[in-house]
Amino acid sequence: MGVDIGSISTKAVVIDQKNKILAETYLWTEGNPIAAVKKVLKEIEKQLKNKSVEIVSVGTTGSARQLIGTILSATLVKNEITAHAVGTLTYHPDVHTIFEIGGQDSKIIIIDNGVVVDYAMNTLCAAGTGAFLSAQARRLDIPVEEFGGFALKAQKPAKIAGRCTVFAESDLIHKANMGYLKQDIIAGLCNSIVNNYLNNVGKGKNIQPPIVFQGGVSKNVGVVKSFENIVGQKIHVDKIGHLMGCLGIAILARETGKEVVFNFNLNSFDFHTAGEECGGCPNNCEVVCVFQGDEFIDGWGNRCPAGIERVKHKLTQKN
Amino acid sequence: MPKQNNNKFKACFPHMGNYHVAFKSIAKLLDCEIITPPPISKKTIELGCKYSPEFVCIPFKYNLGNYIEALEKGANVIVQAGGGCRFGFYGEVQKEILKSLGYKFEFFKLNNSFNPFVIAKEFQKFNRRATIPFLLRGFALAFCQALAIEKIEDYVRKNIGFEKKEGEMEKLFNSFLMELDKINNFTQIYKTYNKFKINFHKIKTKKPKKPIRVGLVGELYVVMEPFSNFEIEKKLGKKGVEIHRFTTVSNIITSFLFSRKHVKRLMSDAKPYLKYHIGGHGLESVANAHKLARQGFDGLIHVKPFGCMPEINAMTALHRISQDYQFPIVYFSFDSLTSESGVATRLEAFYDMLIMKRKKYAKNQRIHGGGHRLHFHQSRSH
Repeated sequence: MGVDIGSISTKAVVIDQKNKILAETYLWTEGNPIAAVKKVLKEIEKQLKNKSVEIVSVGTTGSARQLIGTILSATLVKNEITAHAVGTLTYHPDVHTIFEIGGQDSKIIIIDNGVVVDYAMNTLCAAGTGAFLSAQARRLDIPVEEFGGFALKAQKPAKIAGRCTVFAESDLIHKANMGYLKQDIIAGLCNSIVNNYLNNVGKGKNIQPPIVFQGGVSKNVGVVKSFENIVGQKIHVDKIGHLMGCLGIAILARETGKEVVFNFNLNSFDFHTAGEECGGCPNNCEVVCVFQGDEFIDGWGNRCPAGIERVKHKLTQKN
Repeated sequence: MPKQNNNKFKACFPHMGNYHVAFKSIAKLLDCEIITPPPISKKTIELGCKYSPEFVCIPFKYNLGNYIEALEKGANVIVQAGGGCRFGFYGEVQKEILKSLGYKFEFFKLNNSFNPFVIAKEFQKFNRRATIPFLLRGFALAFCQALAIEKIEDYVRKNIGFEKKEGEMEKLFNSFLMELDKINNFTQIYKTYNKFKINFHKIKTKKPKKPIRVGLVGELYVVMEPFSNFEIEKKLGKKGVEIHRFTTVSNIITSFLFSRKHVKRLMSDAKPYLKYHIGGHGLESVANAHKLARQGFDGLIHVKPFGCMPEINAMTALHRISQDYQFPIVYFSFDSLTSESGVATRLEAFYDMLIMKRKKYAKNQRIHGGGHRLHFHQSRSH
């Protein structure tokens, strides 16, 4: 089983030896990864009810991978870049470029003969990611799901600054007030996202076909079309593009060879986290501890080994 | 003008990596009590950010935090070195900020000019006995200490990922710093260095014949201060990577002293990507990156404070090098963020990629006989 806990959505798949997907789910994280994973597990359990399947290995990826990895006692916890590359390669062995735009980050992965040779990830800011798109969709009062369709109707896309979301937003408001058509503005927004992506993340990268586009934003046909126009290549978007990360981590977890039978009754346990500043030195590391009931499982955030013990002691005393 | 009663003065200096030992030796030349600021911590950067202009780069904020913490501890003289970029002017701004905060202190800045008479005069304001030979000896001593630290650090960087019993090197390194801190003559430095060199070599390692080699280049402060770069060296090194770094204090000093020769050598290394100096350490970054790409290194890490002009200039050239040599480079920008997860994710992915690449070339080599080299010569003809 592979679980991908992103900033916006949580995804999970169960695969067999031949990479066939036996069960899959996709739902919103809603800022609470633990609750989201519990829901995901319930869903997966339901889908597997009538099949005699035993989960022998769990991998986690995405921004909450460490937390969820601890709770699920995962055999493998790995970053989403590697996971995405591995997942995509099973479906497109000849892929050369992977574009990925998710909720809070965007990345590009360059693959040569089935091996990752280069990658880049957006740096500090979240310009041109899914979070920005959905914020603008709300502003224009259009559901995110229909956003792409609107863009396709555009005749003359408006020019919208792509460097920074703050600039883009003021440009967008200005254009709207000037009386531009909604679809033109939206198409312009899609173009600006693509330009932003290619100039920041894709800068200096050798973009060659075949290109696969993934992540939540890939569901937006408007952005896909903008990519095709600007890059001048066919862009592949998979139906299961959003599952590539968890698929990859599932494969990687299987390949570790470690087998720990996974138990669904985890759902009945109460997990909670507690953060505390260590206070052992002026650095004051913020250490986060995960508890199952009252029992300490794991913690992180400390810069020295003494920190975790201190915080553990503090927190257990409080309880 | 300060009076000649030297006992009144308490000097402090900013932190940078493990160099406090050497910086202390320079501050000692003022013949007054030395106050070492507390090690850089979150509190340092919070203080620094609070009183700094928002858009200034991160070394400014760290230094200012160091000064405030030291002044709180009772220091009243601040010693600061110059720099090649706008860092050279930071001292003036920091002086004004600290003064407006109500601190009373003397600001002692080592100028970029290497005129011994000017420097001696500056020192004599504080220390009457600061003749030129006295200062020369002092600077040479600090230089030797820095050199000893760097040599040992270099060994640690290249081997920490391969030690058989984890943590041994860090422990030994700390005791090395403690011992070096106590001594103040050349023979003792030499002896201590040699003793520890032997001890370090005694630590058992399990290094493969061809370990993964990664270079680290970029803006000097962020490269050298592990707190500011989330201990990038240690984190990557511990995964089993040999890390090569060229920016060191002794390197910077020699490049100042023999500037013309140094620039000439860098220029030839940076060709054809750069034709002239781009400020700060940008030229160094490009020259070293090109050198490492030609030497067949596995990858490169480029770090800079957010908004660092010279390094942004260098990045454009680095993109080209990366393309021409199929040389993976990962870029990091640091500011006052304290969340490490973003850096950790990118580093982990970088490491995974290097491992995957290695495996592929190992396969190619078996089939074609030397795939890696072949590739490398092809790209060289660009």
